Amino acid sequence: MSAPTVEAAVPLVTAAEEKVAAATQLQLTWWRFRKHKLALASGVVIILFYLGALLADFLAVTNPHTTEAARSYIPPQAIHWFDEDGSFKPHVYALKGRRDMRTFKLVYAPDPADKRYLTLFAEGYSYTLLGVFETNRHLLGLDRDKPEDALFLLGTDQLGRDLWSRLMLATRTSLTIGLIGVTLSLFLGVLLGGLSGLYGGVVDTVIQRVIEILRSIPTIPLWMGLAAALPNTWSVTEVYIAITVIISLIGWTELARVVRGRFLALREEDFVTAAELAGASRLRIIFRHMVPSFLSHIIAAISLALPAMIISETTLSFLGLGLRPPAISWGVLLQDAQNIQALGIAPWLLIVAVPVIIVILAFNFLGDGLRDAADPYG
Amino acid sequence: MAEPILSVRGLETFFRPDEGIVRAVDGASFDLHPGQTLGIVGESGCGKSVTARSILRIVDRPGRVESGEILLRRADGQVVDIAKLDAKSALLRDIRGGEVGYVFQEPMSSLSAYHTIGNQLMEAIRLHRDVSKADARARAIELLRMVGIPRPEQRVDSYSFELSGGLRQRVMIALALAAEPRVLIADEPTTALDVTTQAQILDLIRRIQRERNLAVILITHDMGVIAEMADTVAVMYLGKVVETGPVDTIFHAPRHPYTQALLRSIPSVLATPLSRLATIAGSIPHPYARPPGCPFHPRCESFIAGTCDAGAPPVTGLAADHEVRCFLYDDAGTRRA
Amino acid sequence: MSAQPPVLAVENLKKHFPIRRGVLRRIVGHVKAVDDVSFAIARGETLSLVGESGCGKTTTSRCILRAVTPTSGAIRFRSGEGRDVDVAALPRSELRPVRRQMQMIFQDPYSSLNPRMTIADIIGEPLLVNGIGNLAERRQRVAELLDVVQLPRAYLNRFPHAFSGGQRQRIGIARALALNPQLIVADEPVSALDVSVQAQIINLLLELQERLGLSYLFVAHDLSVVKHVSHRVAVMYVGRIVEVAPTATFFRNPRHPYTEALLSAVPVPDPRRRAQRIVLEGEVADPSNPPPGCAFHPRCRYADERCERVTPTLQPAAGGSLVACHRAAELNLVGVAAA
Repeated sequence: MSAPTVEAAVPLVTAAEEKVAAATQLQLTWWRFRKHKLALASGVVIILFYLGALLADFLAVTNPHTTEAARSYIPPQAIHWFDEDGSFKPHVYALKGRRDMRTFKLVYAPDPADKRYLTLFAEGYSYTLLGVFETNRHLLGLDRDKPEDALFLLGTDQLGRDLWSRLMLATRTSLTIGLIGVTLSLFLGVLLGGLSGLYGGVVDTVIQRVIEILRSIPTIPLWMGLAAALPNTWSVTEVYIAITVIISLIGWTELARVVRGRFLALREEDFVTAAELAGASRLRIIFRHMVPSFLSHIIAAISLALPAMIISETTLSFLGLGLRPPAISWGVLLQDAQNIQALGIAPWLLIVAVPVIIVILAFNFLGDGLRDAADPYG
Repeated sequence: MAEPILSVRGLETFFRPDEGIVRAVDGASFDLHPGQTLGIVGESGCGKSVTARSILRIVDRPGRVESGEILLRRADGQVVDIAKLDAKSALLRDIRGGEVGYVFQEPMSSLSAYHTIGNQLMEAIRLHRDVSKADARARAIELLRMVGIPRPEQRVDSYSFELSGGLRQRVMIALALAAEPRVLIADEPTTALDVTTQAQILDLIRRIQRERNLAVILITHDMGVIAEMADTVAVMYLGKVVETGPVDTIFHAPRHPYTQALLRSIPSVLATPLSRLATIAGSIPHPYARPPGCPFHPRCESFIAGTCDAGAPPVTGLAADHEVRCFLYDDAGTRRA
Repeated sequence: MSAQPPVLAVENLKKHFPIRRGVLRRIVGHVKAVDDVSFAIARGETLSLVGESGCGKTTTSRCILRAVTPTSGAIRFRSGEGRDVDVAALPRSELRPVRRQMQMIFQDPYSSLNPRMTIADIIGEPLLVNGIGNLAERRQRVAELLDVVQLPRAYLNRFPHAFSGGQRQRIGIARALALNPQLIVADEPVSALDVSVQAQIINLLLELQERLGLSYLFVAHDLSVVKHVSHRVAVMYVGRIVEVAPTATFFRNPRHPYTEALLSAVPVPDPRRRAQRIVLEGEVADPSNPPPGCAFHPRCRYADERCERVTPTLQPAAGGSLVACHRAAELNLVGVAAA
């Protein structure tokens, strides 16, 4: 060449600049995401919740299905951290039954004289941990457990079931229903949205009209209709699966729109045209050039779709259209809090709403953070 | 020459984003006289637009005018320092539009799509002049006619998206002139336009300038536009004004190595077909990574090791109206060996 | 032109985009983006296609690459092996071998490189998808291509975000050269670059042409750049070519009034040459509803009654020009010339 390498005239870059220069998309996204402290914290919260869902039985204290009419509506027991001598010995007061002489009902009250010490890895009801290990160990339990003693961290419901333990299992149901629902919608959304954006024309028109029709149907009546169609004879698991399918049948439309929009935008990008001119096959253009460019958008869309799914399940079950007892989910638990009289006697039933709010908020913050970080070139 | 209408001294406008500090304008000084055009020319990142925006104090966050004087001689002869004015003061609002008009590069985003161009013009007129609606409308039509919009009586009621790029830029100019300012700042007014439309707009600016004795600051990256329009020129590179002088001196006797190299490297319709161009090595550094000393030194052919990369060069006066910021010239303005 | 057959011969190319309205998307008219365009490019030659926005120059270039399928006309491409193909008539499945020999350089150095691929992957992609060489051979070829566009080999594993506009444009050029093409369509390759970087890229394009015998179709609106890179220049106005001429003749002796006006509008970087410009009145005609006769006649200061009725066709004129103007022979138009 006539001229020396012109760019060599630029001073050599530092190691830090080289690191940025050779950083992949994932690294750049992570560096940007790290700056969103709220989103980062939300991510941690969500991971903790899903860990909890995974270990629901381990975190539960008593069998969430065991009913005991005599123990209905026991308020949450306070944990006392220190013994009288000042040593760290967490304990609760034992519950002492006493007959109310006006109503002749058995009323439980904590008895400060009778302490029950908490232990870690206590024995309790049997379950299968992570679907593999048969065990009866639980994270928390009472020392020298007598059958009539029990630990009610969040109190009991009308049937005397431990709310804490029920909440643990409900979290598992509700969080996984969201996950499975989103997976299904993702599959439908990416497939149909992709076809729509890629082929255009008649395919696009048909899919878009279907989406519009689906979105124009009021959701609650549709759910009611579909839920009413579920046979009463179905088992809990079958209903669970049916409900996930129903929820994702509505949920895919939003994802399909995101995918279609990205496909349409990317089709016009010069680098896609360049790949086409280079002779790249259609499959390569889609999977090497287009999909990586909107993967981050999909992840962000998912993190915003998940809370919607969770809310849908909660709403359905709350209205009695979704999961039904003996299944336990957030919606099922909140159904118990529908009755104003019950709430008057046992306001702690509303505690179930707290994890719902936390999870939904965390998902939204996470989604916002991901969306902002997703496009480091934007 | 008469007193300048606008005098900028040691203007510094910095941006302080999270990543560090960007010295977008790092010590700019120039004078503007009535009826004259000052061309500010430079490449991307040189700070020419920020300079213009600093004059009206409309720099976007996180940018701020840090120091320097922006002295405006008002119609009554009183001199105000715009740099010292409170950002929300009535006087500053009065100066914007009233004394200094501004034409933006992209007319589509600078005009509202929800109001007719007539309403936007009337608003601008009534903001600075106490006139009735009917009078304002008549004046709006008059303005549209002045900027060469055909059938102004009908066009006054159209929306900006109904107009072509060239007509929109004419409306922008009408808007900037609505309150009869004495200074017009045009920030890349023709960059988004085709060459024949550019010629129309440049012609229009020149005609209005002659008619109203306007002082114009023209900001552009195009040396051709500068040669056609400017009386005096300020050449900027990475926030520094590297050379100022009369247009003929800048084009025919430039002294700063950057001005010289830039003029050699621009393609011209006068060139021999298929001839090579002289190039400037390398590319413009990122604003975060501005070289120390003279910012041009890594690309400069006359680079003096140990001098140009050590400290900022001082401003040297070569003639009464010709200044250069370069170590090659000593205090007397003669070139060092 | 030379006795050698041209690399590319475009004959009567038309591209009409339908205008659809209403719920039933009925066709209510056509935008005649390209309307009966013919030209040829010889081996090693640069033809510049100039005109203002909406004149059809970009659509023409996309038709040649078959990124847009033409409405009618022929695009005869002579491949390196001396085989002639009509790109306009080829089915999609047979485009690949032809496309290897025609590549493109894009205007926007930012959107033309996939931000998620390394430089090595971007430049190597044409080799990979066409099954050329093994991994090591491809790496070697990519490194050579970086030498050709004067970028250090050390940059291979970097991503596009680490580069300036000029450097990105070099990467785009290296990708276009990967398959040893005969013809490169360059769509405004320097208009998004800073002035001081433009010159580097223009010189690089000139050098590559000399070394590799490339033919360029150079689509541009900046006549100053065009003067530096072209052997011949074609001007388009509302979908038609109104003048084609060798570069020197084009600038010195324009034959079409539109060319004269374009040349007159170009700002000359010399304050001592502030000439009286011809300022065109009005706006560019609407390509969906062009005026009858010569589309330029409403803005033409030389137009007579014939221009309003009869559409002129390209006719030979002195100096090797072809011009579509009824009054070309009688007019004495002004061009630009060095002092």
